[in-house]
Amino acid sequence: MPRVTPLNAAHKKLNGRLVDFAGWELPVQYAGLIPEHEAVRTKAGLFDVSHMGEVEFRGKGALEAANALITNDLARIADGQAVYSGLLNPNGGFVDDIVAYRFSPERIFICVNAANREKDFAWMKENAKGVTPVDRSEEFAQLAVQGPKAFGIVQRLCQKPLDGVGTYRFTTGEVAGVECIISRTGYTGEDGFELYCPPTQAEQLWFALLEEGKGDGIVPAGLGARDSLRTEMKYALYGNDIDDVHTPLEAGLGWIVKLDKAHFLGKDALVKQKAAGLARKLVGFELTEPGVPRAHYPILKDGQKVGEVTSGTMGPSVKKAIGIGYVPPALAAEGSTFHVEIRGRPAAARVVKTPFYSRG
Amino acid sequence: MANGEYPKDLKYTKDHEWAKKAGASVQVGVTFHAQDALGSVVYVELPKVGTTVAAGGQFGVIESTKAVSELYAPISGKVTKVNDAVVNNPSLVNEAPYGGGWLVEIEPSNAAELDGLMDADTYTKSLG
Repeated sequence: MPRVTPLNAAHKKLNGRLVDFAGWELPVQYAGLIPEHEAVRTKAGLFDVSHMGEVEFRGKGALEAANALITNDLARIADGQAVYSGLLNPNGGFVDDIVAYRFSPERIFICVNAANREKDFAWMKENAKGVTPVDRSEEFAQLAVQGPKAFGIVQRLCQKPLDGVGTYRFTTGEVAGVECIISRTGYTGEDGFELYCPPTQAEQLWFALLEEGKGDGIVPAGLGARDSLRTEMKYALYGNDIDDVHTPLEAGLGWIVKLDKAHFLGKDALVKQKAAGLARKLVGFELTEPGVPRAHYPILKDGQKVGEVTSGTMGPSVKKAIGIGYVPPALAAEGSTFHVEIRGRPAAARVVKTPFYSRG
Repeated sequence: MANGEYPKDLKYTKDHEWAKKAGASVQVGVTFHAQDALGSVVYVELPKVGTTVAAGGQFGVIESTKAVSELYAPISGKVTKVNDAVVNNPSLVNEAPYGGGWLVEIEPSNAAELDGLMDADTYTKSLG
């Protein structure tokens, strides 16, 4: 039996089509993937992401303990800011990609992927020095309100002014009477918030947001739209585009790696890899012949397999068949061409600038 | 389309294709249930006119944003027409699965095969 989130009954009430995702029963869509995708790009969408896990480092030395495990640098941001980061193994591969919130140097809150919850927590517990991380996943539901109308909807339900809560900043406060961590983050490429709240009040918050956003055209949105939205942004999905073998440097995520930090787990491997040069790079491409690229399709150059597609779809906003995949560095520059093998036949592809989608 | 989802004048397969006599040929598409389960259809790959297909054999591919599904021929025969409109605008499959969303026409090599397919009642029951 898959696990359920506190919003399971709400999904059923809204006729969500429930599927098993990483052991969780979640809606892949409600009314339809494309309308939900478009609502997020033009109005607002509401996602249940309660399956994500939360781990907290608390007490003296919390920042140092967490910082030693992640690639980004919590010492460089202020309290009330968050960073996207890698959690790496000693070979430089991803244990997970995470968002770390700095409440204070004594309190670091980390959001991890659903599929990696148990693994991450065990990993952090085993490798953390000085502070013992606590798994707080059961204490939080998480709702993502995303889209150009998201800010207004959340603000109208919150007495605290949120203008000062810029991108990758967060605060705490009541939204619709529910105490939340209010984070200006997301996985769609649109403005919006991710709201962490007590599971018992998730449904209250969910329906309050839908009600408040009615006039703005908010819709509940499923995992399908979440995936097409993030693919158009070339945001990595753990298990597809990044995994325990590929490093952040190969994944084009050098910006989340702070090699000038004295130490973090996986740093030595990255320093070596950087010196030796990369053997592959994650690129975004579009097909210039009919077809839709999908994960695991081979990437061919001159008939030889040189890489593999890690994500792909027909982008509802960009209206093109787009894909993400690892290729040799010689094929990574914008404008490079190769083929994607689709059901035994090669379809021409060209490396393009990413994100595939840009606002406005 | 709550009740009119499965027209009585069509024949149906367990793979969720429909077939309808259209002159000397048989028009083929996917059912309301198939397009609903697939979600937004974004790509359709169809055979060339003149291709020979066998009943139960794969004749094409239909893709939604999320998934790839095979299309299986309800009957054996030769493809006489391909719906180019649906290739250019795959959302027709969702909008009108029995109308503008038809996929191919097949000239049957064995007329009895069409009679052997499910009628609307049997198909509807098979969906549970």
